[in-house]
Amino acid sequence: MSLLKEPDFGTPERPGEATVSVDVDGLSVAVPEGTSVMRAAALAGVDIPKLCATDSLEAFGSCRLCVVEIDGRRGTPASCTTPVADGMRVRTQTPKVAKLRQGVMELYLSDHPLDCLTCPANGDCELQDMAGVVGLRQVRYGYEGENHLDAETDRSNPYFDFDPSKCIVCSRCVRACGEVQGTFALTIEGRGFDSKVSPGAGELFMDSECVSCGACVQACPTSTLQERSVVELGMPTRSVVTTCAYCGVGCSFKAEMRGDELVRMVPYKDGGANEGHSCVKGRFAFGYASHPDRILKPMVRDRITDPWREVGWDEAISTVATRMRGLQERYGPGSIGAISSSRCTNEEVFVVQKMVRAAFGNNNIDTCARVCHSPTGYGLKQTFGESAGTQDFRSVAQADVIMVIGANPTDGHPVFASRMKRRLREGARLVVIDPRRIDLVRSPHIEAAHHLQLRPSTNVAVVNAMAHVVVTEGLVDREFVDARCEGFEEWEEFVARPENSPEATESVTGVPAGELRAAARLYAEAPNGAIYYGLGVTEHSQGSTMVMGMANLAMACGNLGRDGVGVNPLRGQNNVQGSCDMGSFPHELTGYRHVSDDAVRTVFEELWGRTLLSEPGLRIPNMFDAAIDGTFRGLFVHGEDIAQSDPNLQHVTAALESMELVVVQDLFLNETAKFAHVFLPGASFLEKDGTFTNAERRVNRVRSVMRPKAGKHEWEIVCDIATAMGYPMSYDHPGQIMDEIAQVTPTFRGISFETLDKHGSIQWPCNEDAPEGTPTMHVDSFVRGKGRFVVTNYLPTNERTTSRFPLVLTTGRILSQYNVGAQTRRTGNVAWHPEDLLELHPHDAEVRGVQDGDEVTLASRVGKTTLRAQISDRMPPGVVYTTFHHPVTGANVVTTENSDWATNCPEYKVTAVQVGLAHPLGARDADPVREGRPVGVE
Amino acid sequence: MAGTVPAERRMVNEIAVAFQHLPETEAAEAVARHIRSFWDPRMRARLAEFVASGAEGFNPVALAAARIVTRPDGAAVG
Repeated sequence: MSLLKEPDFGTPERPGEATVSVDVDGLSVAVPEGTSVMRAAALAGVDIPKLCATDSLEAFGSCRLCVVEIDGRRGTPASCTTPVADGMRVRTQTPKVAKLRQGVMELYLSDHPLDCLTCPANGDCELQDMAGVVGLRQVRYGYEGENHLDAETDRSNPYFDFDPSKCIVCSRCVRACGEVQGTFALTIEGRGFDSKVSPGAGELFMDSECVSCGACVQACPTSTLQERSVVELGMPTRSVVTTCAYCGVGCSFKAEMRGDELVRMVPYKDGGANEGHSCVKGRFAFGYASHPDRILKPMVRDRITDPWREVGWDEAISTVATRMRGLQERYGPGSIGAISSSRCTNEEVFVVQKMVRAAFGNNNIDTCARVCHSPTGYGLKQTFGESAGTQDFRSVAQADVIMVIGANPTDGHPVFASRMKRRLREGARLVVIDPRRIDLVRSPHIEAAHHLQLRPSTNVAVVNAMAHVVVTEGLVDREFVDARCEGFEEWEEFVARPENSPEATESVTGVPAGELRAAARLYAEAPNGAIYYGLGVTEHSQGSTMVMGMANLAMACGNLGRDGVGVNPLRGQNNVQGSCDMGSFPHELTGYRHVSDDAVRTVFEELWGRTLLSEPGLRIPNMFDAAIDGTFRGLFVHGEDIAQSDPNLQHVTAALESMELVVVQDLFLNETAKFAHVFLPGASFLEKDGTFTNAERRVNRVRSVMRPKAGKHEWEIVCDIATAMGYPMSYDHPGQIMDEIAQVTPTFRGISFETLDKHGSIQWPCNEDAPEGTPTMHVDSFVRGKGRFVVTNYLPTNERTTSRFPLVLTTGRILSQYNVGAQTRRTGNVAWHPEDLLELHPHDAEVRGVQDGDEVTLASRVGKTTLRAQISDRMPPGVVYTTFHHPVTGANVVTTENSDWATNCPEYKVTAVQVGLAHPLGARDADPVREGRPVGVE
Repeated sequence: MAGTVPAERRMVNEIAVAFQHLPETEAAEAVARHIRSFWDPRMRARLAEFVASGAEGFNPVALAAARIVTRPDGAAVG
């Protein structure tokens, strides 16, 4: 494929029927009302020259290059800012406008370095293109007068340069930062000739509010804002459309290549999830894929204290197969298992669970979604009948009230956050329910109507209190409930009890009753109320209860089954939804069907030729317990770093040390690999071929842009292991794996690589009833028939603060880093987050003698670590916060093994801790050893 | 406190509390169904051992559920 350039229609699409007819240069076109002349012309096949216009931004009308003549109108209006009118006759090429355009271009070029042949944007410069289009042949003005050619280049950002000498002040970057990204970090400083683009108040990019999403670079028509990789390598020559491997938004990108070298990742306009936008991770942080830390050869060792020995693939696979089978002979068929990863493709996850069920002969397969969104699967299945979010991302554009619960979209899901912020700027109201004052609470042009700053672990009490308000104040959508739900009366009686009132729960939750009542009314009375939530909901001992509580609330208010509403999990990793869909929970086959279902099992048994067990296998925490008990002896860990990401690391490492065989497949020698006997090198997303499924159930193609650096696809390796264990598994192409998934999974029946190539992406369910997929679920009825109200008792967590551990630790994610940081720590993103910090309220800091930047100890009942303090009032007194992106911090050294009652999802969000001063700022160099270390259990 | 109570006993107690709004018999059956749906047989075997060895540390619904789930006929998955 050559370099893919999407058409640019100049101004955004307008909704509605194409009822306005226009004649452009003799060509007739019908467009919706409000469409610009420029866009209408483009749709008619006439490209009007432009510089300040691009169809991701509202028209601005500053460059004057797009002037046209319109019959019956005076002058030469800008086509970008002139809306069409029925019967309008437009002439885009006349001597008059040609002369005007040449004059405009001449002025632009009179203050532009004419170094096109050595310019990084050579071949991809709209200024260069337009000079050609308007037929400019001379610039009559010399460089003697004042100009901007000596302006200094800002190279502070690790990924792009800002060269103001090439700026034409079209404001596309400024507008992109505001309209597309919603950060408003850029401005035009000065007036007239002195006008110039400025990050913040004349700051460097790195010192400004810029979040490096790349929208400004994308929008720049010249080389003013230019990717560093293009400056260093040159222009790419071909594109491969693929899917980002970071968060659950699942953005589509054009991987732009020069030969086999990736030059840059450019967000794809036709990507259903992102529609041309990106964040700093997906846009720029791909360097880890070629990092020298990558392990490219298989390695084995007898004991974890031995040095690694590089071997060939045959020996590595034979070692895994022989030792796994040996363990089963000695300890029984259930003594081995596997953990699959949400970073891997659907096809890879599918073959891993197939290997476990068919070759291992047990159901000991679990996925890292266990430790993030397993309560979503349970809670939404119980209430709605399907373990998935209800909407597509576009739906948020129709929401009138947006409730964000336990999520931090601007950091965790930034591209979706930009959609949400756009809707909030348009006037939608916002309710944030979070112990931490996340950026959304107050950011440029956005302010939450209500921030319910609840105490960690009291989510269920808050949602019950909101439901209490809805029920007792007559806000229930009776028509919806009567027609579509069951179990309402019992639930209504429960939530109406006085103990669930906002006044009664205030002392527990810390949320003022009046504020909570107002928030509940706002949500319930909105024409469209939408709930978005994250791990601040699920990673609790009542995570599943809270998911059901939110589902109850949405049903009671009739906020399901149409655009603008719904209950929407924001998935943490790129393929959390997919890994769950693919049958990688120990109790479920693909499509969330229980292993005890004889009819379902028969489908697989007939296809796979093996009898499958009807009993659930071990979940991840159960695997650790069984390893320590001695009944679980061998583990295949596929793309997951459990020795960093899972809670109570003392327990995790004890389990890993107990096992006789740990096989790790990953890009890097991660923390878990320290306990491994076999290391199998994995493939980065740039080398993968398959699909990811994002948080909106959108199945997107992942296309390899280069061969696997280690010589094998990961699905091939898994097949080889199964085959070596005596169960032949073989595919010629991952498309065949998807065909098998579709064959055995009703919700995927209509999905294949061919249909994905045809439609771009498809949201499941996709089958005979919905051949092009299902953007919104539960439209006429719920998947389970009637939506089910479930009584949700609030129960305090077992993790209590005491005089020894008086603070509550909660954890989260930062924009520039991703999960345990294995990828992002090996990119330029470390410029923003070189280490994890402990956010501590000024009051809690003062009583401990801690100042900003001091190194502090963080101790819980199970472990202790050290990190630097950041004094912040984002958290209320008594609550501290940190991230877990750096292994040296060992944040999970202190988290406990408390877990969700239904799914065993760890309670990462609530740990009783104490903080103490370790070393004041400046004394740290005296003690460079900062390892997270466990202490004895009390 | 986490870490000092055997995992299976801790978990069955927590599941029982989640169903505490139901009448005791109904709650026990719901807990048993949940365990049959999500627990590996060896976990259920350990639960049976705890029950057989004195049944200490169980709340009443959890104990009733443990007895249902460890019966030969168990409880249907649900």
